[in-house]
Amino acid sequence: MADPLLEIRNLKIEVTIRPPGEKPHDITIVKGIDLDLARGKVLGLIGESGAGKSTIGLSPAGYGRGGVRITGGEVKVNGRDILQLSKGALRNVRGREVCYVAQSAAAAFNPAHRLMDQVIESTLFHGLASRSEAVARAVKLFRKLGLPDPENFGQRYPHQVSGGQLQRAMTAMALCPEPDLIIFDEPTTALDVTTQIEVLAAIKDAIQDTGVGALYITHDLAVVAQVSDEIMVLRNGELVEYGETRQIIEDPQEEYTKALVSVRSINHQAKAPEEAPILSVRNITAAYNKSADPVLKDISVELSPGQTLAVVGESGSGKSTLARVITGLLPPKVGQIDFAGRTLPRALKQRTKDDLRELQMIYQMADVAMNPRHTVGTIIGRPLEFYFGLKGKAKRERVNELLDKIEMGEGFIDRYPAELSGGQKQRVCIARALAAKPKLIICDEVTSALDPLVADGILKLLLKLQEIENVAYLFITHDLATVKAIADSIAVMYQGELVRYGPREQVLSPPFDDYTDLLLASVPQMRVGWLEEALANRRMASQGN
Amino acid sequence: MNLLVLKLIAQRIALGILLLFLVSILIFAGTQILPGDVAQSILGQGATDQALANLRREMGLDDPAVTRYFNWLGGILQGDMGTALSNNRDIASSLWGRAQNTLFLAFWTALVAVPLAIILGLVAVRYQNRWPDRAISGTTLTAISLPEFFVGYVLMYFFAVKLGWFPSVSTVYDGMPFADRMMAIALPAATLTLIILAHMMRMTRAAILNVMQSAYVETAELKGLGGLKIIWRHAFPNSVAPVVNVVMLNLAFLVVGVVVIEVIFVYPGLGQYLIDHVAKRDVPVVQAVGLIFAAVYIGLNMVADIVSILANPRLRHPK
Repeated sequence: MADPLLEIRNLKIEVTIRPPGEKPHDITIVKGIDLDLARGKVLGLIGESGAGKSTIGLSPAGYGRGGVRITGGEVKVNGRDILQLSKGALRNVRGREVCYVAQSAAAAFNPAHRLMDQVIESTLFHGLASRSEAVARAVKLFRKLGLPDPENFGQRYPHQVSGGQLQRAMTAMALCPEPDLIIFDEPTTALDVTTQIEVLAAIKDAIQDTGVGALYITHDLAVVAQVSDEIMVLRNGELVEYGETRQIIEDPQEEYTKALVSVRSINHQAKAPEEAPILSVRNITAAYNKSADPVLKDISVELSPGQTLAVVGESGSGKSTLARVITGLLPPKVGQIDFAGRTLPRALKQRTKDDLRELQMIYQMADVAMNPRHTVGTIIGRPLEFYFGLKGKAKRERVNELLDKIEMGEGFIDRYPAELSGGQKQRVCIARALAAKPKLIICDEVTSALDPLVADGILKLLLKLQEIENVAYLFITHDLATVKAIADSIAVMYQGELVRYGPREQVLSPPFDDYTDLLLASVPQMRVGWLEEALANRRMASQGN
Repeated sequence: MNLLVLKLIAQRIALGILLLFLVSILIFAGTQILPGDVAQSILGQGATDQALANLRREMGLDDPAVTRYFNWLGGILQGDMGTALSNNRDIASSLWGRAQNTLFLAFWTALVAVPLAIILGLVAVRYQNRWPDRAISGTTLTAISLPEFFVGYVLMYFFAVKLGWFPSVSTVYDGMPFADRMMAIALPAATLTLIILAHMMRMTRAAILNVMQSAYVETAELKGLGGLKIIWRHAFPNSVAPVVNVVMLNLAFLVVGVVVIEVIFVYPGLGQYLIDHVAKRDVPVVQAVGLIFAAVYIGLNMVADIVSILANPRLRHPK
């Protein structure tokens, strides 16, 4: 490689873990990784959580998060090994040669200072430009990244701008000192899909215009395919496959990479409803307090037994509020909810035990939805006791039966949530919901916090259970790929309104309304060059209007 | 400054005034419930019933409690705190002299102790769990664990008796030269500093450590900024609210809680004034001093609330 910007050789990284009740011990989380990055090139690091991708990504800054230590190998930036540098010399690399863009820009900006002061801070600190030069640079970057009113944008505080704008501002912050290398750590993961495409395009343009080298860390292969020249697939701290982007996407060699590329392989045939609806939401209008604008405006949907209704929308569209209204947590202002042949009382307190039992819920964060001090047996046994009065042996038998259903087996009954993986935790939550023998389960973003392959497993399990139990799902998600995989009917929500609703095939077929069109066009596709096409189509569409 | 902030601040001030009003009722009621009677204590055990009755009528002690409360409150609002029963002197004027002394001591103590506590807190965070942190935590904890009279006497023994640098008796008087005054308050101020330091230092340390976990501190580290600069510029502005609250509580203590120190160093402050008149059952003085102490507490906590509001960029710069 002609002019190497970054050379990593045999990188080993360890972390000390302190499990409760055991002696602290070291585990190796990165096991000898080699990589090279030439000036102006982009390398995508991809893998599931725990693959070590963020840890490797932060190594050129000589930084380890939460007690992570680099214990072996070389990390050469511009030809010198940053692991051998003194603390002071290392600080001179950070923010000057190597800059960082975090996943959550909302948390990574200091709420107490104006954006401009933060964007130019490292430039000034390292003496790379005078204040007026740095401000001019920043304004230029704001303009390049498509931020509104670039002249005055920097005068705002972080809470005054949107998440997508903050993510762009963070990119400007990384570009301002004109570094040689930028580490992008899942920069678009926290954004809505329609915002993601814009930020992704802005980042790609900025990388190309400035000629900066970049490590792009993500778990989303379709995203990284749009921006990187090469891709490195990682698993459990080891290299799986490393190659040109096109080769990885179009001709993956390893089984694991093939699985990543073909994820969402579920082939679920949408069914037409056979029975009368079990849930009818009728003309619901709801608001969080009396005077506020409604968060839901005249929403009506229906769902039949054994069917899945997917409610799709971006953050703020009101989809989670709909779940709160159906469960009675938020009594609606107008409208009623019919369930299993009766009208449900509006508020949770007025509902009978049967109302509660037949309508269960599974949450996004399985972690916080379980008591960490209860065993799996206690967690699943609780509804058995509460709704059916099961005790002792009968309860244990039923818990084992449920564990069997979620493909986990008896060995888990005495384990604590902390001993389970993310996917296993979500399975336990599913078993807890099933324990009540519900007619309807509301699934609120249940796969959003999981890695793609794990999420796939959960979706398959949910579909299998639906076959057996004839339970209906109201599936709330922002992820259109999930919707396509499992829904029988789809409701698209935008700013509290139902913009499109019907059977899956009909909702996903043209002619589209503007919003659904935008939403569908924004979902990254697993092929090189998708981003450019999508943007070109978007431009054409806006010129056509 | 925007309307939302003004509204919040106005609310805090109104709340403070209401609270002070309620406290005045409590103070008045409390002194009424106390056993004993001023006329009796002035005239002594041998007084005739007639003499007692005359004196009570003269002092208005026979009026209903509500009338007396509003007379008292009305007087205070006009700056008239009444007359001390024990020596017939105007309370407001003698109280003002004492209050000036107390404020003088409190001011100079605060000027040393508050910045010192915050700087020590910042340094403790910078060298967290290393020897500077342990040394700072250890010494400040020791100082707060020892009774204040003990600390006072130890300082007096070394710096006044053995070394003779400062006077052991901190008497001050009107027209005393400034330098002499500063010499006189050196030892009580040092004692008070040692007492309030630990509290403020530990809160600063805890509040900043809490913020040090934030993603924006990581961002600052990855910009290459140095330890103290990160703490000062990125962590401290976001931990102002809890620190200010503790600082204000300690400032209030400097005004209302220094009786022991004043007695040890014979310093003519408000605390001594209060103790003297409690012993003489001088109800009007006790009420007046009590009200002033309450006003100081409420006022300083109100300032803490207002600073917390102003320190919040979300309130200062709404969307």
